[in-house]
Amino acid sequence: MDKTCISPDDRNEKFLRKLKARNIDVQACYQCGRCSSGCPIGDFFDLNVMEVVRLAGYGQEDKLLHSHTIWLCAACETCATRCPNEIEIAGLMDVLRELALRRGIAPAEPRIPLFHQSFLGSIRSWGRAWEIGMIANYKVKSGDLAGDMKLGLSMFLKGKLKLVPHGIKGTAEIKEIFSGKGKEYDR
Amino acid sequence: MKLSYYPGCSLEGTALDYDHSVRAICRKLGIDLVEIPDWNCCGASSAHMTDHETGMRLPIRNLLLAVAAGHDILVPCAACFQRLKAADKALREDPGFWDVGDYQPDFKILHISSFLAQPEILAAMEAKVARNLAGLPIACYYGCLSLRNPRITDAANWERPETLERITTALGARPVAWSHKTECCSGSLTMARPDIAEKLVGDIVSAAVRGGAAAMVTDCPMCQANVESRQSTGIGAPAMPVFFITELLDAAMTGTYPSKQQKLHLVSSGVLSNIFRDAVMKKEESV
Repeated sequence: MDKTCISPDDRNEKFLRKLKARNIDVQACYQCGRCSSGCPIGDFFDLNVMEVVRLAGYGQEDKLLHSHTIWLCAACETCATRCPNEIEIAGLMDVLRELALRRGIAPAEPRIPLFHQSFLGSIRSWGRAWEIGMIANYKVKSGDLAGDMKLGLSMFLKGKLKLVPHGIKGTAEIKEIFSGKGKEYDR
Repeated sequence: MKLSYYPGCSLEGTALDYDHSVRAICRKLGIDLVEIPDWNCCGASSAHMTDHETGMRLPIRNLLLAVAAGHDILVPCAACFQRLKAADKALREDPGFWDVGDYQPDFKILHISSFLAQPEILAAMEAKVARNLAGLPIACYYGCLSLRNPRITDAANWERPETLERITTALGARPVAWSHKTECCSGSLTMARPDIAEKLVGDIVSAAVRGGAAAMVTDCPMCQANVESRQSTGIGAPAMPVFFITELLDAAMTGTYPSKQQKLHLVSSGVLSNIFRDAVMKKEESV
C-alpha cells in the first residue's frame, strides 16, 4: 500500500460499533499476516487481507467499500480459520459488502454483486435456485451474453439444467424474509 | 436408521446425479431418508455475502421444518451444510433475536462424508462392495465449506481431513498424498470472474496430477462442477474427472457404472468406466 495518512478524526465510529455488534474483533489483529499469505485469491486483490483488517480497525470504511478486494473475496474462510486471534475476517468481508450495497457505492467489480442479485432473485421468486432463470437474468444484467455459452449448452444437453423452476409452497414466508424481516430495528 | 434429508438446490439441478447416488447408497445401507418437507434454498454464499438477515433467515426456516421431524439431518452439499450449521449456532445462542421462541433440538447436522466415514457405516459399505476400484489413484478434494471455519462447521480435522480417504480406501481405490485438498476453487466467483476460477482450478488440477492422481473425488457439488468445467482444455492438458463420493460408492456397491452416468461428466470419466469394463471382460473371458 502507498503511504497513507490516517487520522483518528476520520474514524467511522458507527462502522466500528457495527463490527462490535457482530463480534468481529478487528482490534485483536497484531498483523501476523497468516490471513494474507493463505488467501487463495490474494493475487487479484488491491488491498490484501491484513490491510483490510487494519483499515477496519482504524474505522476507514470508505477506503474499504471502494476496494476490489471485498467483491473478489470468495468467502472460503481460510483467513478466519487460520487467524491466531480468531477474528471473523470472512464475516468482516460480509459486513463490508452489505454496507457498500446499502450505501449504493458503485462496486469496483460490478459483475460480482450482479451475480449475487440474480441468484437471490431466483430464490425470492421460487424459494429455490433455478439455474437457467438465474443465468439468463445475470447475462442480461451484466451484458456478458457470450461468456460460457459453450459450457452452458453442454450442461443443458447433459440434462444438468432443469427447464422449469420448482416453486415451494412457502413462498410467502420467503417473500417476507426478502422484504427485510428483522431489519426493522437495524440502525 | 431414519434421517432428515436436505438435498439443496444444486442436487435438483447441476448435481442431480449426486442426489440419485446419495439416495441409492442410503437405500442399500438401510438408511431411511425423509426429505424435509417444502425446504427452501439455504441462500448459499450469495445471501450471507450481501445480506446478513436474509443469509440467516433462509436456513433458519429449514431448521424449524426439521425440528418437527426430530431426526439428524443429512446434507450432501458443503455450502448448505455450512449455512445450516451457521444458522443452528446463531439460533441456539439467541433464538429471540431471530423471532424464534425456543430452540433446543437434539439433532445433529451431518455432512455426508463425515457421516459415511463412521467405522460402522464404513464396515457396512465395505461388506457390500461388489466391484472394487482396482487401486485407482485418486485425489480426495474437500474444498472449503464442509470444513471452514471450524467454529461454524465443528469439523474435527479441517486442515488435513481424511474422511474421503477412508471411504475411497474401503472401496479399493488408492488415495494419493497431495497439497491442495482443502484449497478453494472459487466456486462463488466462477460466473462473474471465470479467469480467477480457471487459475485456481488449474492449480488444484496440477497439484492432483503432481500427486499422481488419475481422478479426483469430492463431496461438494460446486467443487465438482467448477473443477470439471474450468479445467484448461488445451492439447496435451490432462483431463481430470471429478467424481462424487457417492457416485463411486454406488458404482462399487452395484458393480456397474452405467453409460448414462459416465456421460454426465464434462471431461472423460474413462478411468472409472475402464475399471468396470475390464471387470466385465475378465468375467467373460473366464466363462
